Amino acid sequence: MPRLNVNGKERDFDAEPETPLLWVLREQLNLTGTKYGCGVAQCGACTVHIDGEPVRSCVRPVSTVNANQKITTIEGLAPNASHALQKAWVELDVPQCGFCQSGMLMAAAALLRKKPSPTDADIDEAMTNICRCGTYNRVRAAIKVAAKARSAA
Amino acid sequence: MSAAASPRVSRRRFLGASAATTAGALVVGFHIPDSPLVAKAAAQGSSPAGEINAWVLIKPDDTVVVRIARSEMGQGTLTGLAQLVAEELECDWAKVTTEYPTPGQNVARNRVWQNFSTGGSRGVRESHDYVRKGGAAARMMLVQAAATGWSVPVAECTASQSVITHAKSGRSVRYGQVAEAASKLTAPTDVPLKDPKNWKIAGKPVKRLDTSHKVDGSQIYGMDLTMPGLLNAAIKDCPVFGGKIKSFDAAAVTSRPGVKKVVKVGDSAVAVVADTWWRAKSALDALPIEWDEGPNVNVSSATVAATLKAGLTADDAVAGAKIGDARAALGQAARTIEAVYSYPHQNHACMEVMNATARWTSERCEVWCPTQNGEAAFAATVEASGLPSAKCEVYKIHLGGGFGRRGMTDYVRQAVEIAKQLPGTPIKLIWSREEDMLHGRYHPVTQCRLVAGLDKDNNVNALHMRISGQSILAGVFPQNIRNGLDPVVFQGLNASGAEAAIGYTVPNLLVDHAMRNPPVPPGFWRGVNLNHNAIYLECFIDEIAAATKQDPLALRRKMMASHPKHLAVLNEVAAKVGWDTPPPQGVYRGLAQTMGFGSYVAACAEVSVSDAGELKIHRIVASTDCGHAVNPQQIEAQVEGSFVYGLSAMLYQECTVKGGRIEQTNFDTYPVLLMKDMPKVETTVKPSGGFWGGVGEPTIAVAAPAVLNAIFAATGKRIRDLPLKHHSLKKA
Repeated sequence: MPRLNVNGKERDFDAEPETPLLWVLREQLNLTGTKYGCGVAQCGACTVHIDGEPVRSCVRPVSTVNANQKITTIEGLAPNASHALQKAWVELDVPQCGFCQSGMLMAAAALLRKKPSPTDADIDEAMTNICRCGTYNRVRAAIKVAAKARSAA
Repeated sequence: MSAAASPRVSRRRFLGASAATTAGALVVGFHIPDSPLVAKAAAQGSSPAGEINAWVLIKPDDTVVVRIARSEMGQGTLTGLAQLVAEELECDWAKVTTEYPTPGQNVARNRVWQNFSTGGSRGVRESHDYVRKGGAAARMMLVQAAATGWSVPVAECTASQSVITHAKSGRSVRYGQVAEAASKLTAPTDVPLKDPKNWKIAGKPVKRLDTSHKVDGSQIYGMDLTMPGLLNAAIKDCPVFGGKIKSFDAAAVTSRPGVKKVVKVGDSAVAVVADTWWRAKSALDALPIEWDEGPNVNVSSATVAATLKAGLTADDAVAGAKIGDARAALGQAARTIEAVYSYPHQNHACMEVMNATARWTSERCEVWCPTQNGEAAFAATVEASGLPSAKCEVYKIHLGGGFGRRGMTDYVRQAVEIAKQLPGTPIKLIWSREEDMLHGRYHPVTQCRLVAGLDKDNNVNALHMRISGQSILAGVFPQNIRNGLDPVVFQGLNASGAEAAIGYTVPNLLVDHAMRNPPVPPGFWRGVNLNHNAIYLECFIDEIAAATKQDPLALRRKMMASHPKHLAVLNEVAAKVGWDTPPPQGVYRGLAQTMGFGSYVAACAEVSVSDAGELKIHRIVASTDCGHAVNPQQIEAQVEGSFVYGLSAMLYQECTVKGGRIEQTNFDTYPVLLMKDMPKVETTVKPSGGFWGGVGEPTIAVAAPAVLNAIFAATGKRIRDLPLKHHSLKKA
C-alpha cells in the first residue's frame, strides 16, 4: 500500500496514482482543513507544504510525492494553533467565511520561512490565493504582525 | 398564532413574509406543505434543560448558549446577533456560545425563531428587536427566580456579568444557579429595551466568536462532513439552460474503482455515486452523456444584448419611480445629455462550491447543508423527499461563502433525489467548480439609457432612466411581481422610502423598467440591483458634471441638499479624502454615493493610470451610516470585503452565453481581485441612530462607480459597459 509522510506521521492510503494529493488528504487521511476551491491551481485553497515549499495540492498527482517527502497541512502547521500567523489571524479577526484561510495561512507560513520580514511586494508576490469575502487587507496586516512578533521573540 | 393549526394559515404566513419585504432585496417565498403533521411534532416536543426562552439557554456552569436563526457565512451575523442578546441579558460575554436551531424545530415550535432567511443584509436590521427582547426577557426571568429564592422584591436586585446581586443583604447568585428555576417562570410581556447609548457589548468592536476553528483547519464546512457509510456524489446538469438528459451509458463507468451507482437526477442531470468524491468525479468525466439541448441552444450574449437594447426604447416599461413629468420636461430642456450603460451576468463563485448531504429512508429524510435559508432548504427537502415534514429535518452547516447563491435550494433537492435512489445511505453531493460556474443563479443582466434635461443654468430639471433587462423576482419568486412591477429592480432609485431611496432632488424624475428575461437563471447576488443602478446613476451624474464643467462634489451637493443622510456620508468621505486639496501627482479621484438595504454609503477612490494603460487603485475612502452599529470592526471588515467583491466584478467578471450555456468555467476565465491589486481602504462608520440599516451589501455598490469616475478623471475615458478588462486605458 502506498504511503505518505503527513504532519510527521507515516500514513497509508488507497488511491489511484493520478489522484490529486488534495483528495488523498481529504478523503483518505481525513484531513479536511485543506480545501477544494477550483481544481486547477487558481485559487490556492488547497495549499500545503511539501518539504517546506507551498504546493497547490489539487493538481499534484499523489504518485509524484514520495514517502520521504514531508507534507504539512494546516492541521500540522503548529501544535494548538500556536504559529505566530495563527495568533495574528486571531488577534486581527482575519477570517470571514474562513474557507480560503487554511490556504492563506499555509502560503503565508511558507513566505515567512523564506522571508522573515516580508515587504509589501514580497507579500503581493507570495499571496496569490483567492478570497471571495475580501480579507486581503487583514491578511496583509496579520502577516506583518506575525513577522514582528517572531523577530521580537 | 399557530402556524401548525392550519396549512392555509401557514402558507399565508410564509407568503405574507415575502410580501412584506419585497421592497428589500431577498424575499422568502416557500411553504411547508403539510403543517397538521407538524402540530403533532410540536405537541411531542419539550424544551431542553436550562432553556430560559427560545433565544437563551444557560447551563449550570454559566455557559450561555444563544440561539442564532440566521446563517453565518462570513458576514459576522453570528457574533452580532449574540452581542444584541448578551447586551440585554447582562451576561458575561466570555461565557457566550452559539447554536443554530433547526428549521424543523422552528416549524414544530410555531416559528418561535421567526425568519431564518439570511440575505438582503437583513440579519441584524430585521431581527434586532425580537432577539434583544429575547435577551431582556431571559434576564428578567433570571432576576425574578433569584428574587423569589431570596424572598426579596425584584426591584432590589441587579444583574451584571451573569451574576444577580441583592445589595441590601449582600447576597449574590450566578445565572447558572437559577437558570432551571427561571426556565419554569412565565415569560414577561412588557420587556423594555436599553437605549443603545448605554450599550456595553453591542456597539463595541468585540472579536468574532467563530475565528479559532478557522485558523487550524477544524471548522467543518458542508463539503467536509463525514459519517458512517457515507458515499460521495458528483453531478452534471445539462450545460444548456432548459436542456435535458437524452441518455447516458452507465455501463461504461460502473466497473471503475469505487463506483457504486449512476443515477438520473430529475430530467436534466446525472450523478455518479462512489466511495470517494474524486472517484465519482473522475467516473462522471468519463461517462458518455447525450444531452437534449432544448430550446435555448441558439441563445448567446449577442442575442441577449440585442433584446435588451430594443427594450431601451420599447413602450412596455413599468415605472418604479415617478416625480413630475420627466418626458415633458425633457422636451423643453435647454440641453439634454444622454448615455447608455450595460452590466453583464456574473456568478457568485463562493469559495466553497455548492454541496449538500442527504440520507433518505421511507421513514425519515435528513439533510446537512450550508444554506442561507434553512426554512427554504427544509421546504425543498420535504418536497423532494416525498415524506411528511414531521419526518424531515435540515441541519445547517457553516457556509464557505454565500453572497446570495445559497438562498437557493437546487443543490439540496439534487442531494435528496440522489439519496432517494440509495435508501439508508448518506450521500454527500459536491459540485465541481465547473458545475458551479455553469449552474449559477446569475447577477441579472441589464442595460440602462439615461437622459438628463438641464435648464439654462445647468440645473438638472429632468432625468429619465430606462432600465432594460432581467428581473430577479420573475425568475425566483414570480408570485411577488405585481402588475408587471419588480420593485427590486429600482434599488437605490426609489423616489422615497427607508430602504433604498435616490439621494438627489430631480423635479421631474422617471425610472422605468422594460422587463426582458433571457433563459439564464437570475439570483440575488451580493448588492443585488444596487450594483448596476449605482454605476448607472453615479457615473452619469459624473458625466453631467463633466459636460457642464461642474465639480462632481459640488454638483452632487447642489442636488442632495434635501437628502441630509445621503449627503452626510458623502461629505464625510470628501472631508476625509481631502477633496479640496489636490491628490498626489498622477493620482485622480472619483466619487460615488447611494442608499441601499436601509443604509447610506459613499466612497471616494484614488487611482492612477500609467501611459501603458495600467490601472492602480491606491485607496478608497468610505463612509457608511447604518443607523446603529452593532460591531464597528466587523462593519469595517464587511466594507473592505464588499469592495473586493464589487471591484472583482467591475474589473474582470462576466458570464457570457454561447450556445445557450455559460462560457466561463473556472477562476482562470472568471478572475478575482488578488492581494496585489487590493487598495487601501479607510472606512468610517457613522451610525446616526434612529434606524437600523444593513451592512453586508450597501457599500459594494459604491466601489465600482467611484473607481470608474476616477478613471475618467485620469484618462478622459468614460467606461459604460463592463467589465473593464474589455477596455484599453492606454493613452491615445
